[in-house]
Amino acid sequence: MSERQDIIRIENVRFAYGERTILDDLSLTIRRGEIVAIMGASGGGKTTLLGLIGGRLTPSVGRVFVEDQNVPTLSKSALYALRRRIGMLFQFGALFTDLSVFENVAFPYREQTDLSEDMIRTLVLMKLEAVGLRGAAHLMPSELSGGMARRVALARAVTLDPSIMLYDEPFTGLDPISVGIIGRLIKRLNAALGMTSIIVTHDLNETLRLADRVVVLSAGKVYCDLAPDDIRVSTDPFIRQFADGLPDGPVPFHYPARDYVGDLLAS
Amino acid sequence: MKADPISLLTSLGHAVTSRLDRLGLAARFAFAVFRVLGVVFLRFGLIIRELYFSGVRSLSIVIVSGLFVGMVLAVQGYEVLQRYGSTEALGVIVALSLVRELGPVVSALLFAGRASSAVTAEIGLMRATDQLAAMDMMAVDPLARVIAPRFLAAIFSLPLLAALFSAAGVCGAWIIGVKLIGIDDGAFWSQMQASVDVRIDIVNGVLKSIVFGVAVGLISVFEGFFAVPTAEGVSTATTRTVVTSSLAVLLLDLVLTVMMFRGLN
Ligand SMILES: Nc1ncnc2c1ncn2[C@@H]1O[C@H](COP(=O)(O)OP(=O)(O)O)[C@@H](O)[C@H]1O
Ligand SMILES: [Mg+2]
Repeated sequence: MSERQDIIRIENVRFAYGERTILDDLSLTIRRGEIVAIMGASGGGKTTLLGLIGGRLTPSVGRVFVEDQNVPTLSKSALYALRRRIGMLFQFGALFTDLSVFENVAFPYREQTDLSEDMIRTLVLMKLEAVGLRGAAHLMPSELSGGMARRVALARAVTLDPSIMLYDEPFTGLDPISVGIIGRLIKRLNAALGMTSIIVTHDLNETLRLADRVVVLSAGKVYCDLAPDDIRVSTDPFIRQFADGLPDGPVPFHYPARDYVGDLLAS
Repeated sequence: MKADPISLLTSLGHAVTSRLDRLGLAARFAFAVFRVLGVVFLRFGLIIRELYFSGVRSLSIVIVSGLFVGMVLAVQGYEVLQRYGSTEALGVIVALSLVRELGPVVSALLFAGRASSAVTAEIGLMRATDQLAAMDMMAVDPLARVIAPRFLAAIFSLPLLAALFSAAGVCGAWIIGVKLIGIDDGAFWSQMQASVDVRIDIVNGVLKSIVFGVAVGLISVFEGFFAVPTAEGVSTATTRTVVTSSLAVLLLDLVLTVMMFRGLN
């Protein structure tokens, strides 16, 4: 029974771009229905982790199980079958710029189902209504603000009612109101559709409000895996640097460089 | 940097291997695209849209260019034929030049500049903005949904564009030769009809355009698909599409011409 609870299981995964190791011996288990926030420094491999879960990237070592299927070993058709149950919100929405808002949300229905035009219209308008943008159905993506584009992308990501949602920095670059809207939508969708959500984010306030668990990555590993309340009271210097937004600390302000004075004096 | 022989040799070796690498990548990519072509035929609507963007919107530039080229051919051809007193062969000279060579080649070059560059930029930007990744995550294969229709559109468009180019060229030559210079109208057409062979001239010309369509189409989708996902990367890829396509067309034309027309007569 406990096996069934684990919808995603990442076991001792190693991933490298060429010589550069991004993730190293990382293990993480995510239970059905959870909202898990992934935090960590930029370039720390958070997007890479989502890529491994979605099967867009293949680990050099280790196994990635999603709904008890070993993702890196799946054939293309099996992988595509799995992905129909995974929704992903990309960092900047990734809306199809040649399609209207309506057609963007209709895209998964048109590609994956045989629904009638009437049915598609009803479903798309329902999805758009859920994100408050039914009135924007006729607009093109270039006419949307950043927050609106993110909401349309969210509507598109959940068209096929996925059981797993992956969010890559859903709050980045948005005004506080939009952040609040997206945060509430994520929480509501997770409850209403019985989904499991993984959110990569830098927005600590929103994260602490949303998440059941906060996983902090560092040096390609899981640095800690805590409940939001434990993050608030943690005295760990690395976690405090994150929580308080300190420029310098265990994560250095400076990119590795040679000695400053020496650099200035060098001709 | 001193150009000592060792480092020169190293960079030469690197240049060669990186080009071979890219050629290998292109071959694997082409193979992957060919594998999904069948699926695309079942959804012809996707190709229609690309035919419009690549083919229909290249019509005006191709027809106008064809007209001009035909006119120039008439002026030059008349000048030479006059020396031999056989100006009524003007129609033949112009038609053969167009159908065998200039139609397929020039329309392919125009197509590379007008349509393929746009295809590369579009696909490159789709990649840079994660649209292809998003599609892939929605379990929709970008190769089948985005790449293959654009590739096929080039193959379908080019023979038609080449034919229109040749037709416009013949009209241009007729305007100059018959209307302005005063060559006999009947001789112009009847000689052309008698000397242009369907198999040798027309079919070979169409074959050429199909081959050019495969080359130009493949180059444009390949460069777009593997463009570095930045503004600079997309612009570099676009330039490379035009340059590589043009060179490929001219090289292939040489090879095909030798294969098709050497040893006739
Ligand atoms: N396609 C790629 N090729 C090479 N390096 C990459 C590629 N994509 C990402 N990287 C590098 O991998 C590291 C991790 O990237 P990413 O997972 O996107 O980080 P994050 O999402 O945590 O900011 C970054 O340093 C990035 O430069
Ligand atoms: Mg990222």
